Amino acid sequence: MSERLLVDTLRAGLIFGGIMTLVPMLVLAERRISAAIQNRVGPNRVGPMGLLQPLADVIKLLFKEEITPNRADKTLYFLGPFLAFAPAAIAFIAIPVGKDLQVADLSVGVLYVLAMTSLGVYGISFGGWASNSKYSLLGGIRSSAQIISYEIAMGLAIVSVLMISGNVHLGEIVEWQAEHGWIVFYQPVAFVIFLVAAFAENNRLPFDMAECEAELVGGFHTEYSGMKFGMYFLGEYLAMIVMSSLLVTLFLGGWDPVFFELPGGAAGTALSVLCFALKLLAVLFLYIWVRWTLPRFRYDQLMRLGWKALVPLALLNIVLTGIIVSLLTETG
Amino acid sequence: MTEENGNGTKRQGRGLRFLLYLPAVAKGLFNTLLHILKLKGHKTFTVQYPEKRKEVRPGFRGEHRLKVDENGREKCVACLMCQTVCPAVCIDIVAEEAPWDDRDKRPKTFEIDMLRCIYCGMCEEACPCDAIELTEKLYTVSTSRAAMIYDKEKLLSN
Repeated sequence: MSERLLVDTLRAGLIFGGIMTLVPMLVLAERRISAAIQNRVGPNRVGPMGLLQPLADVIKLLFKEEITPNRADKTLYFLGPFLAFAPAAIAFIAIPVGKDLQVADLSVGVLYVLAMTSLGVYGISFGGWASNSKYSLLGGIRSSAQIISYEIAMGLAIVSVLMISGNVHLGEIVEWQAEHGWIVFYQPVAFVIFLVAAFAENNRLPFDMAECEAELVGGFHTEYSGMKFGMYFLGEYLAMIVMSSLLVTLFLGGWDPVFFELPGGAAGTALSVLCFALKLLAVLFLYIWVRWTLPRFRYDQLMRLGWKALVPLALLNIVLTGIIVSLLTETG
Repeated sequence: MTEENGNGTKRQGRGLRFLLYLPAVAKGLFNTLLHILKLKGHKTFTVQYPEKRKEVRPGFRGEHRLKVDENGREKCVACLMCQTVCPAVCIDIVAEEAPWDDRDKRPKTFEIDMLRCIYCGMCEEACPCDAIELTEKLYTVSTSRAAMIYDKEKLLSN
C-alpha cells in the first residue's frame, strides 16, 4: 500500500512538474512566435536565445508590490488567483499523458476534466467582482457569460466523440483511437467546434472577452499586481495546456504514435509520452498562432457565434452521428 | 431571416454565416505562417543596440565641440554671440584677457548645460570664428546633474 502511495506521489510530482515547466516555456514561445509574426526579434537577452526570460519575469513578479484596492472584497480578492490556478492544475490529473501513465485513472475522465476546467471561471469572475473596479467587473461578467455559452457547444462536441468511442474513460478513448484511427477523421465538425470552444474557454484571442486590453484595460486582472497577477497568468496558461491535452486525447489519438507499434515496458511508456508531448506542443502552437493572427470578436458576435452557430451545429452533428452509429451497429 | 442590429440596421441572420469567414481565417493563418517561417516580410528593423549602433546621418547635431587652431589654442574669442543667440540659454561664458596679440579676449570658462541644450545648432551658426560646432556624438550620459554641465576642457576634448 505504501509502495503504491510512493509511486503515485512520484507520478503526480513528475507530471505536475512537467506541465509546470511547460508553462514558462510556453510564455517564452508565445513571445518569440508573436515577435516572428510581427517581424520583431522578441526577448533574446536573458540567457541563450532568451531562454531564461520567463525566470526573470517570475522574479520580477515576485518582488513587485502587491496592491489591494481600497474597497475591494479582501477575501475574494485574495481567493481569485488561486481559484483560477488550482482547477486547471487538478484537471490535469485525469489526462493520460502516456501509455498507462496518468495521475489518477478515473472512469469518468472526460466529465471530470470538463467539470474542473469550468471551475476556472470562478477565479476570473471572483477577481472581477472583488476588485471593485468597473473594468474588472465587466471582464469577469463577460468571461462567465462566454464560458457558460461555449461550455455547451464544447460539451455537445464531446458527446459525439463519446458516441463513437462508446466510453467516457480517457485512457480507453485513446486505446479506441489506437485501434480505429484518430477521432478527428470521424468527427471533423466536432473537432472544429471543440477547438473554437476551447479558445473561448481559455479566454484566448480571438475570444479574450475577459481581458480585452483595448477596451477593458486588462479586464478581470486590471487591479491585480505582483504574484497575484502571476497566478492568473499561470492559471491561464495551465488551462490552455489542459484544454490542449484534452483536445489531443479526444481527437488526435492521445499518446498513440501513428506510424509504429509501441514496444512494451518503460521504453514504450517513454515513447508514448514523447508522442503525447509532440502533439500537445503542436496544438499549443496552434493556440499561439491563432492568437497572433485573428482580431478580437465583438461581444455580440461572440455570443451569436456560440449560440446560433456552434450549438446548433453540434446538435446536428450529434443527430447525424447517432443515426450513422446506430445504422452501423445494427448491420455490423 | 432578418434581425435588428445594434445600430438599427437590418441584417441577415448570422446563423451559419460564420462559415463564410473560415476561408479568410485560413488565409490569415497562412499569411502569419509565412512570417514565422521568414518567407515573408523577413526584414527585421530591430537594431541589437549595445552591440550594434545605428550610424548617424551627416549633419546630425549632437554634443558640442570647441575647436582649436593650428597653434593648439581655442578659436573662441569670447564674443558671447553664441550665448546671446542660444534660445535655451544653456551657454555660460566668462571672458578674460587673452595673452596673445591677435585677439583681445578668450573664454576663462565656457560651460554648456547639456540638460538644457536643445541641439538647435544656433551657436554654431552665430559663431564668427567658427569656434564651436556640433559633433555627431549622440550619447550624452552621466550619473549626475553636475556632470551634465560640460566645461571648457570637456568641450575642447569632445
